Formats: sequence, structure tokens, C-alpha cells
Amino acid sequence: MAKRITTPLTAEKTKDLKAGDDVLISGVIYTGRDAAHKRLVELVNEGKQLPVDLKDAIIYYVGPAPAKPGQAIGSAGPTTSYRMDAYAPTLLDLGLKGMIGKGKRSDEVIDAMKRNDAVYFGAIGGAGALLSKCIKKAEIVCYEDLGAEAIRRLEVEDLPVVVVIDKDGNNLYEQGRKTYLAMENK
Amino acid sequence: MKIIKSEELTVAIREMCMNANYHLPKDMKDAICTCRENEPFDIAKNILERIEENFNIADEDEVPICQDTGLALVFLEIGQDVHIEGDLRSAVDEGVRQGYTDGFLRKSCVKDPFDRVNTKDNTPAVLYTDIVPGDELKITVAPKGFGSENMSQIKMLKPSDGLEGVKQFILKVVEEAGPNPCPPIVVGVGVGGTFDKAALLAKKALLRPVDQRSDNPFYADLEAEMLEKINALGIGPQGFGGKTTALAVNIESMPTHIAGLPCAVNINCHATRHVTKVL
Repeated sequence: MAKRITTPLTAEKTKDLKAGDDVLISGVIYTGRDAAHKRLVELVNEGKQLPVDLKDAIIYYVGPAPAKPGQAIGSAGPTTSYRMDAYAPTLLDLGLKGMIGKGKRSDEVIDAMKRNDAVYFGAIGGAGALLSKCIKKAEIVCYEDLGAEAIRRLEVEDLPVVVVIDKDGNNLYEQGRKTYLAMENK
Repeated sequence: MKIIKSEELTVAIREMCMNANYHLPKDMKDAICTCRENEPFDIAKNILERIEENFNIADEDEVPICQDTGLALVFLEIGQDVHIEGDLRSAVDEGVRQGYTDGFLRKSCVKDPFDRVNTKDNTPAVLYTDIVPGDELKITVAPKGFGSENMSQIKMLKPSDGLEGVKQFILKVVEEAGPNPCPPIVVGVGVGGTFDKAALLAKKALLRPVDQRSDNPFYADLEAEMLEKINALGIGPQGFGGKTTALAVNIESMPTHIAGLPCAVNINCHATRHVTKVL
């Protein structure tokens, strides 16, 4: 049974999320990937204000396809998260509580997640057509020059994700594989 | 001699870019469906169901299967009795430009690896040409997503590393990739040739349907053995555990130097897309 959560993603909410939980996210989330992360962290390093408030926010690592007429957004599945690892700890320390992507994270990111009660969600990579149906509205917040990499504000309804790494550092990639292999080798 | 106008290429490639991104090939759909039926692990089975749901939506709504509609890889097999009227390179790029713009496909190409300014129309295409006998022009468009491309590796093995070295290297690449390239994956392997040719063979191996084994019985057996070994790793769909880590291992080989055993492993995701057309 999936857990339903609504943004903002407070520490109160992340404490109930465990690696392996199916979660349906509703509310407002932001997109951001390689180039946008680079710019955000540059702003932080220069001591300037960010164009989005990261407190209790969720960033979805996605560069959507353009919307066809009648669509809110084009296909919008997750991109591989490790490319954001260099930047994620800085954003987590500013209050970011959730990241949605796919694939492994570095120890530095996991440490920053533990320190800030944050959660790493996985969405199904390559299921962009399916996932786009849960995005009801999309508007560009900033960095329009980056095209697909611009930061967008998304309104989502029941976006299906899985808790891959919880705030205590439990990791579904390790647990899932171990469980499967134990079952196979029984 | 057959004359083909370069405009014909543009028209064909425009259409092919869209179709490749909207419609997963039947061999891929069948492979995913079969793996779902044979998958003993619940989470894995569930993910494979979602993946099927996704490619069905893409088919029906004519939207990209995956938002990463890739760099546009265009393979041309040009018959030596074909004359192409007009500028071939421009015709190919124009087809890509129109296909990615009119088809609402994502533009994922940056002009320079360091300045990283988007070209805004997904050009230039990555163009591969082969001169072959005959008077036909065979075009294959294969959008290449980079989640899987980034997990690919090449190694200049020694002859003494032999078959065992190649097997270990393939497993190492898949193991290190883990959940990153969106498993279930397709594994393209190129062995022999030179540094660059091994990589090209691995890329071309990904164009072969997943239900088609190598013509060479030795390599066909190796493909089957490696698929079994990869699926015993337990990585599973999306890396959440399970039997279905790879849908196929396709291996291509060519002659090489007495001192060498180049081996390239090019990974594709479950959205392994390509369409072919003959002019």
C-alpha cells in the first residue's frame, strides 16, 4: 500500500519514510538537473539568493520533453542522479528535503541526507510517458536559456516513486538485491 | 546507377526520428513481456508492468517513450551504385532538425563539451556511413540516451586475458553500472579491431534485434552464457533486485592485431530504439 504525501516535505514527514516504501507525491515540486544545479551552487558560493526556496522542497532530476499541444508537459522520467552528487550536499544543507531521480548516490550525499533528515526517491527510469500523466501543470521558474534543463515548478498528483534511500541511510539498491538473491538461493 | 535526392533523406529521417522515439520495436516489447512473465520477484514484476504500460502509452499518444530522446544516431549503408544528389550531411541534419522540432522531442545536444550551449534542434546528428555493394541506401535512426551511454566502457585487454578476461570485463561493466542505466538493459559488446572499431562494433551490436543471436555459433553461445551470468547478479529492473537485469547480450567481432584484444561494452536501456528504412 503506497503512502501518500503532500508537499512541503517536512522532517516530520520524512521520518515515516523507509527504504522500499511506495510513495505517491502530490503538491509542488521543482525540476533541476546538471546545468541548473551548477548555477544554483554558484549562487550559493557567491552568497546570493536562490531563485527557489529550498526549505522542505523536493527537486525532481528531470529534463522533460516539450509538451505537445494539449499536454501540460512532455515525457518526464528521471535522469541519473549521480551527476548531481557534487552539488546535492550544498542544497540539502539549505533545507532541501527530497530528491527524485534514479541510480546510486555518493557517500557525501547520503551523509548530507542523514544530517538533514532528507530522502532520496526513485522514479522509474525510462517511463517518461507514464510519469508525465501525473504532472498537471508546469511552468518555468528560471534559466529558460537552458531549454529542457530550465528549473520548472511542477504541480503533481500522485506521482509514483519509491524510497530508495531513507533519512537513516537505508538503501533499497542494497536491500532489494540482497532479498532477491536470498530468495533465489534458498 | 541509382540517383537519390538528398531531400528524400531529409523526409525519411524526419519521420524516423519521431517513430523511433514513440514506438518501441516489437522485439523489445516481446522481450520485456516474456521477462515479466518469468520474473519471480514481486517488485521487479511490478516495475516491468509499469514499463509495459509506459510503452503502450507512448505508442497510443505518439509521445516519447523516454524524455531522453537521445543524440540522433544515423547509420547509412550506401550502396556503391548510389549517387546522392545534394549535400548528404546537411540533408541528414535537416531531417533530425525537423524530426526533433516537429515531433516535440527533447533537444539534448550541446555544441561543445565545455561551453555546453544547447544547439536547440538536436543537430548535428552522429553520422555513421558504410559503403556496401548494391544500389540501395539503408538508413537506420537510433536515438541514444545517455543514462546508459555513460555506463559504457572500453578496455584494451591482452591476448593472454582471453575469453575469461572478456567475460569478466562484461560483468564488471554491468555490475558497476548497477541501477544507473535503467535496467533491464541491452548489452552491446564489440571485440577485436582497434580501440575505435571495438566501440563501433559494440554500438552496432545494439542495432541487432534482441531476439536474434549471432550467426557464429561460438558467439551465440557466449551471448547466451553472458545473459545468464548477468541475470544471476540480481540487480533487477531499476536496480531494486530481481532476475531481469538484461534482456539480451549482443556480441560483434572482427579481426585484430597479434598483440591485442580490445573489448568495448556499450549499454542500452529498456527503451532501445531504432528504425530502419531502405531507399
